[in-house]
Amino acid sequence: MFEALSDRFEGIFGRLRSRGRLSEADVDEVLREIRVALLEADVNLGVVRAFVERVRARVVGEELSQALNPGQQVIKAVHAELVATLGGETLRITYAPKPPTVVLMAGLQGSGKTTNSAKLARWFRQQGRNPMLVGADLQRPAAVEQLRVLGQQVGVPVFSEATDPVSVARAALAEARDKGRDVLVVDTAGRLAIDEELMAEVGRIRAVLEPDFTFLVVDAMTGQDAVTVAESFNATLALSGVILSKVDGDARGGAALSVKEVIGRPIAFVSTGEKVEDFEQFHPDRMADRILGMGDVLSLIEKVEANYDQDVAARAEQAFLEGQFTLDDFLEQMAQVRKMGPLSNIIGMLPGVPKELRQAEIGEKELGRVEAIIRSMTPAERRMPDSIDGSRRVRIATGSGTSTSEVNQLLKQFKEMSKLMRRMGGGAAKVAKRSKKGKGGRVTPKGGTLTGASKLPALDQLTNTEDPLSALLGDQTRRTTPWQ
Amino acid sequence: MAAPLRAIRGGRAIDAATWDELEAVLLSADVGVATTAAVLDELRADVAADGISEPSALVDQLKVRLRQRLGDGDRGLHLAPKGTNVWLFVGVNGVGKTTTIGKVAAHQVRLGRSVVLAAGDTFRAAAVDQLATWAERSGADIVRGNEGGDPAAVVFDAVARATARGADVVLADTAGRLHTKSNLMEELRKLRRVAERETGVVSECLLVLDATTGQNGLVQARQFAEAAGVTGVVLTKLDGSAKGGIVLAVQEQLGIPVKLVGVGEGIDDLVAFDPDDFVGALFD
Repeated sequence: MFEALSDRFEGIFGRLRSRGRLSEADVDEVLREIRVALLEADVNLGVVRAFVERVRARVVGEELSQALNPGQQVIKAVHAELVATLGGETLRITYAPKPPTVVLMAGLQGSGKTTNSAKLARWFRQQGRNPMLVGADLQRPAAVEQLRVLGQQVGVPVFSEATDPVSVARAALAEARDKGRDVLVVDTAGRLAIDEELMAEVGRIRAVLEPDFTFLVVDAMTGQDAVTVAESFNATLALSGVILSKVDGDARGGAALSVKEVIGRPIAFVSTGEKVEDFEQFHPDRMADRILGMGDVLSLIEKVEANYDQDVAARAEQAFLEGQFTLDDFLEQMAQVRKMGPLSNIIGMLPGVPKELRQAEIGEKELGRVEAIIRSMTPAERRMPDSIDGSRRVRIATGSGTSTSEVNQLLKQFKEMSKLMRRMGGGAAKVAKRSKKGKGGRVTPKGGTLTGASKLPALDQLTNTEDPLSALLGDQTRRTTPWQ
Repeated sequence: MAAPLRAIRGGRAIDAATWDELEAVLLSADVGVATTAAVLDELRADVAADGISEPSALVDQLKVRLRQRLGDGDRGLHLAPKGTNVWLFVGVNGVGKTTTIGKVAAHQVRLGRSVVLAAGDTFRAAAVDQLATWAERSGADIVRGNEGGDPAAVVFDAVARATARGADVVLADTAGRLHTKSNLMEELRKLRRVAERETGVVSECLLVLDATTGQNGLVQARQFAEAAGVTGVVLTKLDGSAKGGIVLAVQEQLGIPVKLVGVGEGIDDLVAFDPDDFVGALFD
């Protein structure tokens, strides 16, 4: 999401950067381009107008900073406005002093309420809560059945009964208190904002539940109508925020900007894929950076921390240090990286990655093939790749549905990697020892600092690594060491 | 949008504000920046050539121009004379494919045709159950596979059953997929191939498009057309506040006509697309 918008801004700002001075006509031209870029990204017309005027006010009205050239000032103004429009801080989820904490989900048909109810329940479980899903969509055929299947997938019980939505809500509250469930996520039927009868019904559900959070689920591909929808739902339900779904497509996500602007409530979560784990909290400030092509390294680091298994990392480090990194270890490392989601999502978070690379659907297939090849080897072969002769290669290629040349290539690459590791292995061992000493430095009285020597090798290694992702992963490995 | 338009119609002369208002009407209906600019350029030329001076005449001429853009393409649903007819329903997640199939099935059954539904959405939880409910409501037969199974196999089986029973048409549901997922689009290609492997003939491939969709709708249409050979659009949820203006670009750039319109959740809430009504509604 937002890639197209960020490409457009990149183009506009690219031309700006080379300019020494901006005349009033230049500013008008830039603002016109920004207007078109936003409209093409489906930002609501009214929101676009207000946005452009605020940028104009910032650019024209403010004291010109000496440190920035005019182009940079425009970029700064747009960035500031994007952050302001998208909502500033991340929505904080707090819990009701008297459980259960109730979350009501609402939205148009097909926006993704049921799927996202399950994803949100899974998220609460990960926060150490004890959630329950409530199926109050008695309208769409098999909606409750869908919720039950999803509930099973995420390990959260589902409550529903064949009465009416308001009664289900009432009974669910009693059930939650009975069973000691501390969070309720209530899925409701899709409804049109102009359907007064159904809007009144969701109002009654709200009155019964007295929800702590009410989320509107909005399809990221929504056009200009997003504003009308958000305003109506907000008027009936007093929304806490928005869950933006289907952001893994190439939608330009203008709805996200519009909705925040008109209802003044933030995007709380985004749904980034079809799997139940493809769901994360939304950080408006970081998203503004991504739109402007500045990457989102913070989210990347969090993703690494959340997904990278520290035991596996420690084992790999050990193997690495002892020069015994096998194809099995390699496979495990690969699985770790893949756990973080599609590679394209990860690439999108890196700053300065050219748009060709960001748009390409990279790697998944190649990774799959590599995995198939390794899995077609015997355990002995994985430990001793040198033992794989010609006939074994043919067998592995057949077993993995690849060609012998692909097997050859993988083995060759692995061999070179091992060589490289052996060469680096000595250095890494020293780093590890030093960092342990460095940890000792932490317990020295206040004012004691790490010596330059203990910091430098680590930095060296980071800067030597060309690939920022592996640099981060490497750093993660080291950071976990002292706690093991 | 009603208020500004009344202001235009009631205005004395065509001025910059009139043009701004017209632009706002079109942009707010998701017509898109490029199409809006092109239509308004045409309209300016018309004003110069025909000496249009009344704002209300200007609006009428704009409607004529928009109506032209929708063309007079073939909006019927077709059955091939030979073979077992398959109508494929494709689209992104949540646009209303399953519901649309239920309505089309009911309509075809009412016309006296025998219909087999192929529950090809084996991915979304309970999608098969949802379609089974519609089969029951509409009086159509249904062929279902296993959840997580191969959708192409389900469609293949449905074609086989329809052929064996001499049914008139197979309505094939597919899992919602974002057009950016190349593996899923590849799966759709395969599904179409498999549908036609023996007796089947895909005589319609309908892209279901949600009227609330913005500019992304054009990209969706392009990708699905490329993968599955789309013959028409079903514009759903047009009973809400969204106008579905993106179909203008879909018609113009890809030559894909809107054939049907979804206007509610009931079994009869599916009507033939009427271009005049559609253009009129942009200005409501």
